[in-house]
Amino acid sequence: MKYILLMNGTKDMFEWYSKWPKEDLQANIAFMRDLSQQLKDEGVLVATEGLAFPSEAKIVHAGSDGSPIVTDGPFPEAKEFLAGYWIIDVESAAEAYKIAARVSLAPAPAGTPGTMPLEVRQVMSRAPEEWTS
Amino acid sequence: MDVIVQTGNFAIEHLLRELTPQVLGSVVRRFRDFAAAEDAVQEALLAAAMQWPREGLPTNPRAWLTQVAFRRMVDHIRSESTRRRHESDVALEIPQSTSIESAQQEDDTLVLLFMCCHPALTPASAVALTLRAVGGLTTAEIAHAFLVPEPTMAQRISRAKQSIKNSGIPFQLPTMDERVQRLRAVLHVLYLIFNEGYTSSIGSSLQRADLSHEAIRLTRIVHHLQSDDTEVAGLLALMLLTDARRRARTNSAGELVPLLEQDRSLWDKEQITEGVALISVTLPKGSVGPYQLQAAITAVHDEAARAEETDWPQILALYDLLRRMSDNPMVALNHAIAAAMVNGPMKGLELLDSLKTDSRLANHHRMDAVRAHLLEIAGDHELAVEHYRAAALKTSSLPERYYLLTKAARLSGND
Repeated sequence: MKYILLMNGTKDMFEWYSKWPKEDLQANIAFMRDLSQQLKDEGVLVATEGLAFPSEAKIVHAGSDGSPIVTDGPFPEAKEFLAGYWIIDVESAAEAYKIAARVSLAPAPAGTPGTMPLEVRQVMSRAPEEWTS
Repeated sequence: MDVIVQTGNFAIEHLLRELTPQVLGSVVRRFRDFAAAEDAVQEALLAAAMQWPREGLPTNPRAWLTQVAFRRMVDHIRSESTRRRHESDVALEIPQSTSIESAQQEDDTLVLLFMCCHPALTPASAVALTLRAVGGLTTAEIAHAFLVPEPTMAQRISRAKQSIKNSGIPFQLPTMDERVQRLRAVLHVLYLIFNEGYTSSIGSSLQRADLSHEAIRLTRIVHHLQSDDTEVAGLLALMLLTDARRRARTNSAGELVPLLEQDRSLWDKEQITEGVALISVTLPKGSVGPYQLQAAITAVHDEAARAEETDWPQILALYDLLRRMSDNPMVALNHAIAAAMVNGPMKGLELLDSLKTDSRLANHHRMDAVRAHLLEIAGDHELAVEHYRAAALKTSSLPERYYLLTKAARLSGND
């Protein structure tokens, strides 16, 4: 079963992150890099990416002739923005939760309350189950 | 190490895959190092794939492959012992001919299967290792079939080999006491491979790595080696009878077509004939198990020329037997459907109510899907729509979600 672990953040969190001291940033980046390698070595990683900051986002929709109409910024009504994701292939939801907890342990500056929450969603499979027989 | 054994020559590829477990068996038996032997055999396969199409088949292809793999093993051991700066205690002579009895070769295939399907491995690892070591598929093909990156699959296989090494599982047939239980583990892995291939065949071409055909091929081998085991025969029949419907399972738009609405002229008659013959000679032998019963049920469906001609009382009787033998909640659900077809939808709904206490089913989308189906038959379309939608929200299968939402839309007049 494939699951996607989504790391979301509010605008404030992205701004806060951009102001982290160098040592904290380096510790965080090293942690993420090691974790990706571990998940690869464990044979469960399908894909992982970090996203550019939401301030760089564009909103695109099709104009009447089908050409893209582009406006700056993320959806203004959105409260949370995707920062990055991991797609993993595991045997159960419980295993996906365990890996999410590992991601959640990513180090942050001293005094930061709590750990980072992850949203865990199952990726739809192309396999249907048989109906009868 | 991974190689793509693609020669463009189907006969050679077929031969190589057939010989893979036999050669691997010989090498593991000789050198006692499964992980290294597996790599050595992959190298031998690559050498064969490059040389044979150009230079023609050797007189004894198996001996050729075995010798090349032996040489690779010797190289491997030499470099290892150099690295470790001590002498290896393994004698390094290469046998000039492998005049091993064919019974030994067959045993080796079986031992390999028992090893790859060892209960110590997770199902996903056992599946991957079996496909590679016994099926002779490359890591790239297995990764492609399971939609994961190749390095991820390579790690999964390498960890599985490591687990076997660490657990010290000996390269020999399990004792007679263990045999039955271990054979069940092998059948379960083959069943998983089949199911993965069968259920995900929609809209994707798996090329040579067609998992359900691979599962059938491997199950045929086990059936050949253990022809007295009725459950092996039952599983082979089940696969043949299920796979026979493959072309009718989806329509031209790629949508799922449920069994009772399938165009039966698209079913593979030859495969049905073979499956029915196999289960017919197997059932009277007396040792009836869940695979045989599932095959028998599938045979009853496959033998009905039209859905309306389905012998539901017989199917219900078979599900009654199966329920006594299997605690599988899906069996309980299918039993309720059969009961509804024989005794009316109300009887089926009653049975569903009695399953509510099963925690494995309580929040399962199929519970809602079956309830919706039975409510639809009973004529309560409003409630059926509600349950079709509830099932659609819970399923993790995309084709199933489309199917359930379409059903809900049609019944509620949004067609």
